[in-house]
This record gives sequence, C-alpha cells and structure tokens, in this order.
Amino acid sequence: MSQMSSTQHTQPPILEVKNLETSFKTRHGWFKAVDDVSISLYPGRTLCVVGESGSGKSVMSRSILQIVDAPGKITGGEILLHTDFGDGAGHSTVNMIGMDPRGKQVRAIRGDDIAMIFQEPMSSLSPVHRIGDQIGETLRIHMGMSKKEAIARSVELLRMVEIPNPEEAVKRYPYEFSGGMRQRAMIAMALSCNPKVLIADEPTTALDVTIQAEILELMRSLQKAHNMAILFITHDMGVVAEIADDVAVMRHGKVVEKGDVYSVFASPQHDYTKSLLHAATQCEGPSDRRLAMRERRPLGDPILEAVALRKEYVITPAGFRREAKTLLAVKDANLQLRDGENIGIVGESGSGKTTLARCIQRIHSVSSGAVLYTDRQGNTRDLAPLTKPDLKEPWRDMRIIFQDPFGSLNPRMTVGQIIAEPLMNHGLGTPVEQRARVAELLDLVGLPGSAAERYPHAFSGGQRQRISIARAIAPNPRIIIADEATSALDVSLRTQIMDLLLELQEKLGLSYLFISHDVGLVRYFCDRVVVMYKGQIMEEGETEDVCTNPQHPYTQSLLSAVPIADPTMRASKTRTRYVEG
Amino acid sequence: MTQSNSIDPRLSTDIAEATQWKLMWLKFRKHRLAMFGLCIVSFLYLIALCAEFFSPFDPSETSTADLFHPPQRIHFVDRAEDASWALRMYVYDQKLTRDPITLATTYVKNPDKKIYLKLFGKNEPYNLFGLIPMSRTLIAPATADEKFYLFGADRLGRDMFSRAMMGTRISMSIGLVGVTLSLCLGLLIGGLSGYFGGLVDAVSSRAIELILAMPTIPVWLGLSAALPATLDPLLRYFMITIILSLIGWTELARVVRGRFLALRQEDFVISAELDGAPTRRVIFRHMMPSLVSHIIASVTLAIPSMILAETSLSFLGLGLSPPTVSWGVLLKEAQNIHAIAQAPWLFIPGAFVALAVLSLNFLGDGLRDAADPYASEGS
Amino acid sequence: MLGYIVRRIIWSIPFFFAASVLAYIIIQAPPGDYVTSLAARMVSEGNDMDPSRIEALRIRFGLDDPHPVQYFRWITGAIQGDFGQSYEWDRPVSELIGQRMALSVILAFSTMLFTWAVALPFGIFSAVRKYTMGDYIITFIGFIGLATPNFLIALVLMYIGVVHFGSDVTGLFSSEYVNADWSFAKMLDLLKHMIIPVVIIGTSSTASLIRIMRANLLDELQKPYVVTARAKGLSETKLLLKYPVRLALNPFVSTLGWAFPQIISGSTIVAVVLSLPTADPLMLDALLTQDMYLAGAFILLLSALSIVGMLVSDILLALVDPRIRYR
Repeated sequence: MSQMSSTQHTQPPILEVKNLETSFKTRHGWFKAVDDVSISLYPGRTLCVVGESGSGKSVMSRSILQIVDAPGKITGGEILLHTDFGDGAGHSTVNMIGMDPRGKQVRAIRGDDIAMIFQEPMSSLSPVHRIGDQIGETLRIHMGMSKKEAIARSVELLRMVEIPNPEEAVKRYPYEFSGGMRQRAMIAMALSCNPKVLIADEPTTALDVTIQAEILELMRSLQKAHNMAILFITHDMGVVAEIADDVAVMRHGKVVEKGDVYSVFASPQHDYTKSLLHAATQCEGPSDRRLAMRERRPLGDPILEAVALRKEYVITPAGFRREAKTLLAVKDANLQLRDGENIGIVGESGSGKTTLARCIQRIHSVSSGAVLYTDRQGNTRDLAPLTKPDLKEPWRDMRIIFQDPFGSLNPRMTVGQIIAEPLMNHGLGTPVEQRARVAELLDLVGLPGSAAERYPHAFSGGQRQRISIARAIAPNPRIIIADEATSALDVSLRTQIMDLLLELQEKLGLSYLFISHDVGLVRYFCDRVVVMYKGQIMEEGETEDVCTNPQHPYTQSLLSAVPIADPTMRASKTRTRYVEG
Repeated sequence: MTQSNSIDPRLSTDIAEATQWKLMWLKFRKHRLAMFGLCIVSFLYLIALCAEFFSPFDPSETSTADLFHPPQRIHFVDRAEDASWALRMYVYDQKLTRDPITLATTYVKNPDKKIYLKLFGKNEPYNLFGLIPMSRTLIAPATADEKFYLFGADRLGRDMFSRAMMGTRISMSIGLVGVTLSLCLGLLIGGLSGYFGGLVDAVSSRAIELILAMPTIPVWLGLSAALPATLDPLLRYFMITIILSLIGWTELARVVRGRFLALRQEDFVISAELDGAPTRRVIFRHMMPSLVSHIIASVTLAIPSMILAETSLSFLGLGLSPPTVSWGVLLKEAQNIHAIAQAPWLFIPGAFVALAVLSLNFLGDGLRDAADPYASEGS
Repeated sequence: MLGYIVRRIIWSIPFFFAASVLAYIIIQAPPGDYVTSLAARMVSEGNDMDPSRIEALRIRFGLDDPHPVQYFRWITGAIQGDFGQSYEWDRPVSELIGQRMALSVILAFSTMLFTWAVALPFGIFSAVRKYTMGDYIITFIGFIGLATPNFLIALVLMYIGVVHFGSDVTGLFSSEYVNADWSFAKMLDLLKHMIIPVVIIGTSSTASLIRIMRANLLDELQKPYVVTARAKGLSETKLLLKYPVRLALNPFVSTLGWAFPQIISGSTIVAVVLSLPTADPLMLDALLTQDMYLAGAFILLLSALSIVGMLVSDILLALVDPRIRYR
C-alpha cells in the first residue's frame, strides 16, 4: 500500500518513477543516459517528456519496461506500479526494478498493464506477419485467447482506431498500409489488453502533419474512454501544447523542469525551457528582416516561370496487349518567381513538391510544359527541351541546396575543392583566384578560412549546410532552390540558417525557391506560397494571406493541423479534414 | 550543439584533414584478423615474387636416391661432444634402410651426420625476377651437393619445399591475374549496364543470373577439356586463367553495377552535374573515388575463389599440368591413397591453399568494413 | 501466388535453353571430334583407319551437318529422354547415366538438407550469443571450412580412414550391394556411406551459410519490431523464433539459388576423389575422351538441376516473404 498525496490531481498516481538512473557502458566507463529522473503518471492524464535528440528521454521511457538495448543498464532508482483491483477491493504496489528483464514477472506487465508504441510505424511492425496476427498476439499472451477469438477481438480494435473495413484489414500485411494506418494499427495493438499506462515514444514524428493531428486526436479520445495514463515522448513543443496535461523537460539525462502544461508554457523557469519555447514560437510569423528588406528594395520582374509543367513517371512500360502504367507526379503546375522574391512550395510527403522543383531545375526531364528562364541580359529561353550541355549556363545561375547535409557533400573531397568545383567547371578565375574566392565565400557563410583544407566529416550538420550554401553561391547565381534545406537540423539551427539565407539575399540579390513540409518555416521565409497536394497546386498567394485566410479546403485542413505552441489555444482551434471530391 | 561558426575543437587537424585512404587505414587497423591476413598475404606474395630466392633447390630436379624422403627438422643449437655449443642451423641426415625381415624400405635418422645449413648461403645461380643474376638463397646447404628436405620429397625425389615455393608463385599469381581479367570484364559490363540501364542492363543482368545458375566446376571442366593437351605451358596458364575469369566476373559486375546505380542517385553526384562538371569528370573525379575502395575489397574477396578453382581444376588434371608447378598440381600427387599413406607430407601444399584462402578472406573482410569510413557518421 | 509460380517457371525456360546452348558449345569446343580422336587412338594402337571409313563414320554420327542442325537434333532428342549414343561405351547415353544421375540428385539434396540443418541452428546460436566462446569457435570452424578445398578434406578423411582405422571410405555402397537390386538393406547401406561425402561436400556451403545466417540475424535483432514484440510481453525464445529468425530466413532462402549450384559443383570433385558411383566421375572421363553426347548430357542435366534449385529457392522465398509475391 502506498499513500500518495496530491493537491493537483484528483486520483493517486498509477506509475511512479523515482530517481531512475540508466547507464551505458562505454570505453571510458559508465555514461549516465538517464540521471536521477523522477516522474509520476496519473490515470486520464498525459505527461509529455520533451527534449532534443540525445536528452535521454527515449532511454528513460524504455527503462520503465526494462527493454533498454545492450549495453544499457538500469543502475538505480525505483519504478512503482500501483495496481487497483477495482472498486475499492484493494491496491497492490510492485517495484519493477529488480525484476529479471527476461523473466515472467516483468513480461506479465509488458503489453498488459503498460503498453508502448514507437516512432517508426513501418519498422516497428514485422513485415512478414499479418496485422491481425500481430495484434492478436498480445491477446493470446495475456488473455489466453484462442487464435480465433484473438482475430475477432482484433477486428473490434481496428474498428476502434477507425481503420476502414477492419475485417479485411486484419488479413493485410503492414506494407499494404499507409504510415498513418500503420500507426493506428500499432495503437490498436497497444490498447488490446486495456493497459493502464500507454508509453508513446515520438509516435507522430515520422508522420505528415495532417496525419499527426488525426493520431493525436485519436489518442486523446481513447484516453478519455479508457482513463489511461499516457507518457508521451516528443521533441516538438507544438505537439506538447496540443496534448499534454503535464510536462517534464529533459536535458543531458536530467529533468530540468516539470509542471502542468499551462504554467510551463506561461512562465518557464529554466533557461533551456525558455530557449525551446523561443525556437518553437519564432516561426509563427514573417521574418522582420525579410519585411524590412522588401521595404528597401521592391521585387523585380519575373525571372523564372513554369508553364503547365507536367511530369509523368512510367511504372511499367507498355507491352503486349497492355498499356503503360504511369504515375502523374506533377500535374500542370504554373509558377512565377520574380527577381528578389522568395517562393515557398509547401506540401506533405508525396505531394510532388520536390519533383516540381527538380523539373524546374531540369535535374529531371519534363513530360510537357515549359520552364522559362530570363537571364541577366533579359533573354528568355525555355529550359524544358534542353539537353545537359546546354543546361550548363542556366545551371550556373540556378543553384541548389539539398536537404541531407551528409549526402550532399562528397566526403572524399576537401571543403575547398567542393566549393571550388563550380568555379573550376565554369572556368571562373585562375587557381589562385579560386582559392581566394573560396576563402571569401567561407567568410560569407560564417566559417573560418581554415575550413577549406578540411574534409566534410569534420563538420556538424549545421556547418555542412553552410558549406552547401557557399558552394551554391560560388558562381554568383541568381536563383537558389532550397529543398528542405533546414529539415535535417535541430529547431534552433533552422532559423540561423534561414537568417543566413536572407542575409545573403540582401548582399547578393538572390531569389529563392524554398521547398518545405513545414508551414511555419515558409511563413517565416517566403513572400509567396504555393500549396501542393498529390501533384497539383491547390492554392497560391501571398504567404500571410494564405496562412491567415486559406481559401482551398486542403490548405484549411493543413493549417488547422499544424500544432501551435500555446496550450491555451487548444480549445479555440477547430480542425477540418480534407476529403477529396 | 557546437557553435555554428567555429570548427569542432575536439577534432584534431590531423583527422579533419585526413583523406579517405587515411581514414580507411585507421579503421582497417582496428580489425585484428584483417591485419593478420594482410601480413600473411604480403608474405605469400613476397614468396611468389622471389620464389627462386626461397627455394634451395631446382623444383624439377629429381633424385632417385631420395624417393619419398621424409621432412627434416631444422635444429639450431649445435652441441659438440665436449658439451660446448654453437648457434648453427643443421638437419640430421636420414638414410634409406631396408628392414631385414619385411624388406620394406624406411628412412632412418643418422645421428652422426649433420648437414649444416646457411642463411643467405651460396647456391646454384639463378636470375631474380628473371633479370638480376644471383646465387644466394634464403637457406642453402653449407657444402654444395648436400641435400636436405624441409617438406620432404615426392615420388621422384623432388624437394617439396622448393616445389611449394614455386607453386606459391603460380597459384597466388593466377588468383591475381584471373581477378584482374574478371575485374576488366566486370567493370566493363557492370559499368555499361549501370550507366546505360534499360535493355543493356536487363540483358547483362540475365546473363549474370544464368552464369550464377551454372554449376561452375562441370562447366570449367568442359572448357578446360577443350584445351589441347600439347599447349605450351605459359599459354595454358593464360587459357586457364581466362576460363576461371569467364565465370568470376559476374560477382564483380554485380558489385560495380549496384554501387554505380546507388552512387548516381547520391546528392553529391547530382550536385557535381549541376556544378557544370562534364560526364567524364563526374564519373572519374566524383564517383570513382567512392567506388575504388569497394572494388578493392570485392577483388580481394574474389581472389581466394580463383585460387580454390585453379587448385581444383589442376587437381583433377584439367587445369595446369607439369612442368608447371602449382598447389593444385602438387596436390594431384596426393590423389593416390597409397602415396599419402606413405608420404603424408604431400598434403603440405594443401595447408598453403588453406592459409592463403583464409588470410585473403580476413583481409577482404577488413577491407570491406573499412571501404566506407564515413558510414558510421550522421547518427 | 500461383500466378507467381507459373510466371517464375515460364521465366526459367529461356534459362534452360541458354544452358543447353552452353552445354552444346562446351562439347563442341575441343578441336576435332569423336571420329578424329578415335582415329588417333587406332593409329596409336597400330590399326590404321582408311579415310573412307572415317568419312562413313562421320556421316553415320551426323558430324558433318552444320552446328544448328546438330544442336537441334541433339536437343530435341534430349527433351524426349534420348541423349544420343555414347561412342566410347557404344550404348545409349540415357542407359548409362540413369542411375548415376539419380544418385547425384540424392547426394545433392541430402547435402542441401545437411547444410541447412547445420547452418541454421549454428548461425542462430552464433548471432544470439555473439562474442562468446561458442560464437568464436563456430566462426573459426566456419572460416576453416570456407578456406579448405573440399577435396582436401576428402583426402584427409581418406588418409585417416586408411591409416588409423584401416577402412576404406570411398564409394557409396558396400561391395556386396554394388550390383544388388534395390532393397531396404541397400538403402540403409547407401545412407551409411553417404554420411562422409555429404559432410565433405557440404562443408564449404555450410560455412558460408552460417556466416550469412549470423549476419542476417544480427541485422534483424536490431530492428524496432523486436522491441515492439518485447514490449508486448513475449518470451525471449518465442520472440526470437517468431520474428527475427523468421525474417533472417528470407535472405537465407535466397542463398539457396547459388548454394545449390555450388553443391553440385563441389560434389564433382569429391565424387572423383572418393570414387562415388555418381554422374561426376563418368562425366570427367567423357570430357577427357571427348565422348561428346555423354559429356553433353551430364553438363546439361547438372545445369538443369541447378536451375531447378534456383526455381525452388525463388518459390520458397515467395512463400516466406509476402512482399515478393506482389512485385
């Protein structure tokens, strides 16, 4: 029997983690990934543990079920699970630490009292077992159901998580489901034995924002129905504001701040919490720098234009008595970029935004339509029919920054060689002049000149993105296509890179085509925005207009799905769903 | 999180400015078995290169007096009768004696006669690498005309040690030459199908699948049976190599094609094209450096199967044939059960095969692990 | 699923065709033909053959027809089970090879079974208990098996048999059964004699399959679905067998495609050393004497066996991995 006193919570906690310590054995001794963490979970409430990568939040959540991967080991603390036998029949408390991680005792708790869902809904399900089998397994272990009963119950569970046609779905394999569907199936699996605690380890990080909103909504309603305690691990302050009742902020394995969500967001105490909140709220409006720049220098004439651009992929070529199967990746897209303007292309995965950008740049061939580029002399030509040798000149003016800071720099060339590559190929200057230019470019992007001698492996992700930018601006281009250029970076670095891009725009007179799945970034960076969905442009307009008063139902649903880092907005938000038709 | 405008101070300039080869070496060095493999392989190729220097006798010189002479152990401490001793290499002479009752012949150690050996001693003259006239060998009898058998002698009384050294040359080189041929074919076909894709790719992929489906030894046997028995030894060597590489190229072509296709999709390759680099520069300056390390690893892993194949063919009498000496040719002597029952040291070339294959495998594994020193990054 | 199997079977037809052309090329490759080598032998034995008789023999064997005609005649016959006449033995090839091919097939399949039966559990053990003594021992033995040519193992075993046990390990039957009719006792005798050849032939493929299984399983053990299953409360053994082992089997099954030709290849040389009454020693003789139809039949049938092995492996793969079927 454990006596709990809490003024804040109406019910006693169901799970208490006290002074938890989990360490990893390294060559230099034991490294504490989780250091003296104490949290409590209450029925019907959600505790969000928030922190950046490497903060130990994920290890902490796994420690509860004792499924930390080797060489990790729980080295101290208590995990108390309070079980209620129902209607005042009595309580029992067990300390899960000290149980054999492979033993029967802890296995009886896993999946039954405490269930867990994970980040990658694809790889977290076995690809060669049917959905019904994987859900039913938990029921067979803990409830002793027969195979048939388990399948029947699985159908009910799938219906509960709103998977259409559940009778069919139990017979399907995970790869036949979309990402959101898989995560629903994972939730069904976790909830099959009516657990008292659900641990969710970044369950929406790999999903698109509209799917994320749906999953969060589902979790909220299921929590209400089952009076579960939820431990929700995330790095996204927006998600925290959407779903949390209580918040614990983790950094370097320690909880630096905890409290209920309203007080943490209203008056954060720790500096780290403040910086997380600042980074999250920064992108909720236009960049001041950009607005000031536009005041000083109004936009010029259109320099790049896509006219009725279409891109089709052949999936299976035409054969005997069979028509070719094709996929329409971009459908009649029209786009106009003016001199000195930033256009954002926003859309979810599979919307065709990257394909559109690559067609405009002519990395991909174009099925039909035109790409009109006007050069500095005012000559306009259509890039669509050009072949590679003819594209050399336009490519000098139109450059790219890739998403992946690790894949886009040749690891076997020095930074100096990488940046000088376009200079060399276009014959810009002698080797000595090129070296001087590289130093100048490094300075422009905020890196020391000594970087030129080093190889990319010596740099962090943010620094590599700076190198990419230096390479992009090297031949003095006019247009830069930034394809999710900040997506791979930590939140606080994103604005730094975007500010650098804006600074360069002012200095060098650049125009940007900015591709992103993140509406916030587009709002910060872009003058105009194009919203894409399934290869089609749904809406286009001034960024602020589109963001504050979206016209197309898809844009409305997209914007309503974006989490806002303010828990007080929760009640006033209404989510709309976009249904094609 | 590091400060974005200063370089990570934890990285020494040394590592930060290390080329891929240096990083590969650092990674390779940690692989202990691979280092062991590297040592053995280097040693075997050294023997192959200077086989004459390592063989004390002419490998084809027969000696009717020493048929199936057993191996002799080298002693280092030479004790004289007055208990004084000196550091000298010698072996005990062995005498052929006939058992008076069974009339069977056996070699009996003759403790009275020591045959002294000299390191780098003078021996029959020969040309190192076929060019440099030399007369010293690693070990030579102190007195000319004396013979000793470290690995024993075969049925014609030829020195197995010298034969094993010569066999090392042929067997190790056939692996190298065969793999070089395979590599040329593999690079050509794999590169073409990776570059052009489409029909070329489909046809070559099918061809590779077909060849992989073939039981190699029967096909090899069929092909080498087609070689005329009277062929010049050197020509036969090359023909056998070609036959071996006709099948060996498939694996390399697959590796090249796969890597090539994957590399073409890499952002940094696309980026090089956008930088205005001509196709040739994209391939040779940007793609090749990443390919080369993987190719070296695959090549190393392909050599042992070549060696095994040659050994098998020669063993069956359809590969190399005397007077060419290879491990397989030597093992052919061990085919007869009565021969090995009498002279188990005829197995020694087999130990060479196993050692070579094993260490090449270790080396190849290490190279493959080190081939992409950037792999563990980004996490 | 049925559609996939049918498609896959149709796919292997061009393979059979290509293999038959290759077999034909191989048997045609030696300079001269059977009649020339026969004549040469007659001469060496002191019997001259007059040119008209040579010509007559050529015409009788159809050796003067153009290659496509000869090939076509050969392959149409082969499909109907008529592989032509052995010049050397002067008997129909099909009669000569029947039992020997059957023994080859039995040997190859037994070796395959042995290989799997050993490689699977050892590979799993090695992965689950990685970096333990047991793992190191298995890995070491695996390396030795990989590095030693299997005929050498055969020779060593023969040597040990003769020198230490005074018994002969060659052949597949005890002397009293060699020409006996098939009976239960003969079957038992065959099984007893097959153990050593199966172990020898299977060594190198077992070694490489252990390594593959170990690597596959180590990969799979790190996958998130293992954690999911653990979080469900599944016991470690059940979990291991149901999920990671099951998935590690997929690439393992696909290795059957090359492991099978490898086994057939390996058995050739071991069969010669151990003088097994399988197809291989006869094939070697036929190749050496340029007994074209006999040699051709063997190469064709062994290749066909390999292609069937690949087919079986692909179908098995589709059975264990649902993702394949939809591609």
